[in-house]
Amino acid sequence: MKPAPFEYHAPGSVEAAVGLLAELGDGAKVIAGGQSLVPVLAMRLAVFDHLIDIRRIGALRGIEERGDCVWIGAGTTEAEIGRSKLIARRVPLLSRATALIGHFQIRNRGTIGGSLAHADPAAEYPAVALALDATIEAHSPRGQRSIAAADFFTGIWTTALESDELLTGVCFPSATGKQGFAIEEFARRSGDFAVAGAAVAVWIDPGGHLSRSAIGLFGLGQTAVRAAAAESAVAGLSVSDVNPAEIGRAAVADLGSVPSDLHGTADYRKKVGAAMVARAWERAVKEAVSG
Amino acid sequence: MADVSIEVTVNGQPRRATVEPRLTLADFLRERCQLTGTHLGCEHGVCGACTVLLDGQAVRGCLVFAVQADGSEITTVEGIAAADGTLSPVQQAFREHHGLQCGFCTPGFVTSVTAFLRDNPSPTDEEIREGLSGNLCRCTGYQGILAAVGAAAHTMNTGTSNAGTSNAASINEGAR
Repeated sequence: MKPAPFEYHAPGSVEAAVGLLAELGDGAKVIAGGQSLVPVLAMRLAVFDHLIDIRRIGALRGIEERGDCVWIGAGTTEAEIGRSKLIARRVPLLSRATALIGHFQIRNRGTIGGSLAHADPAAEYPAVALALDATIEAHSPRGQRSIAAADFFTGIWTTALESDELLTGVCFPSATGKQGFAIEEFARRSGDFAVAGAAVAVWIDPGGHLSRSAIGLFGLGQTAVRAAAAESAVAGLSVSDVNPAEIGRAAVADLGSVPSDLHGTADYRKKVGAAMVARAWERAVKEAVSG
Repeated sequence: MADVSIEVTVNGQPRRATVEPRLTLADFLRERCQLTGTHLGCEHGVCGACTVLLDGQAVRGCLVFAVQADGSEITTVEGIAAADGTLSPVQQAFREHHGLQCGFCTPGFVTSVTAFLRDNPSPTDEEIREGLSGNLCRCTGYQGILAAVGAAAHTMNTGTSNAGTSNAASINEGAR
């Protein structure tokens, strides 16, 4: 369980980090908290000649209100996000998701940028980013670009980032108006990756009709996915006319590549996923109605 | 592959070393600092036996490279007791409430619980269970550990030990 040898770099700026990425190519990997990468290296599931540590880049840490969004630097730890009053107020779904990630020792090191870039299909943050239509910010020697969460997760542990791009931050739209948020997951043990989970956001108009809803599923495919068909099927309906169990079933109905493994068959995962959607939906609606 | 010079403070002692980048913090502490109280169970972040305090925060020693700890302060289980050897309230409570049997996992529990109770001095029973979920013990069945954490919280909050009460009573004390 010892990683293969590698060259270590700890650049002091984003420019220096992307310069290294461009120079070193596919042999280089960015390390932030290392809570997913170090086990991968220890088990030699992947071997890199170079690790580029972003810990000295101060510009990658922080939580700021920027217009109608909250910007979070890629190197911000999950523990910092969990403690942030600004995020609890403006992006409550992210706060609630954070408590479900690993254990507190993991959250002390793990970062939001790391979680998004690692793109584990069973992780919480990618599903929350999808459900809230977050925007991911990346830097390369060619400059900066923004990537919609919907376009970011391209496959298992695979993202739209180019090999010379560094994920530098993520923007979450702030909560306003009558909204409700909830996340539910089922895991064998506290802190394990979920067998299946759902992050739900609902927006209702003054008349009690659903103006918008978002369902982000995790543990149920090659990437976190939105249950787009289920969302559009209930658009405009009165919240009291939506049966949580039915939208749960609808959310998992069209899933194509549900994993099957020791922890559960694809069929079982879909049933668990439907139950998680139903529970999260019920809580999100309750919050929106009372808020 | 180039070795890297690091400077860290371990249990109050400044240390300088030149390390291979792939050396984990846990291996650095055990092999280079001869602090073998930090135990390695799984070496991939699951068991929690290697937990140490890095700038005060409980972290997995096996999931941090020593080079990443450059400039940091580290506290291992050897640094938890007072300089004269007096056990900390957490250590004392583990001893009094059968919070260990073989002792392999204990360093990770002691360091984790020390940070946990500092940040949450009056946890509920549910919060204690959640706080302990990142550390595995194969001997005790956890009941003694739960009791020890409740008792340690009580001691730290009141300055008096409640040794001698039943495990269940001490969990309830901690939950108050």
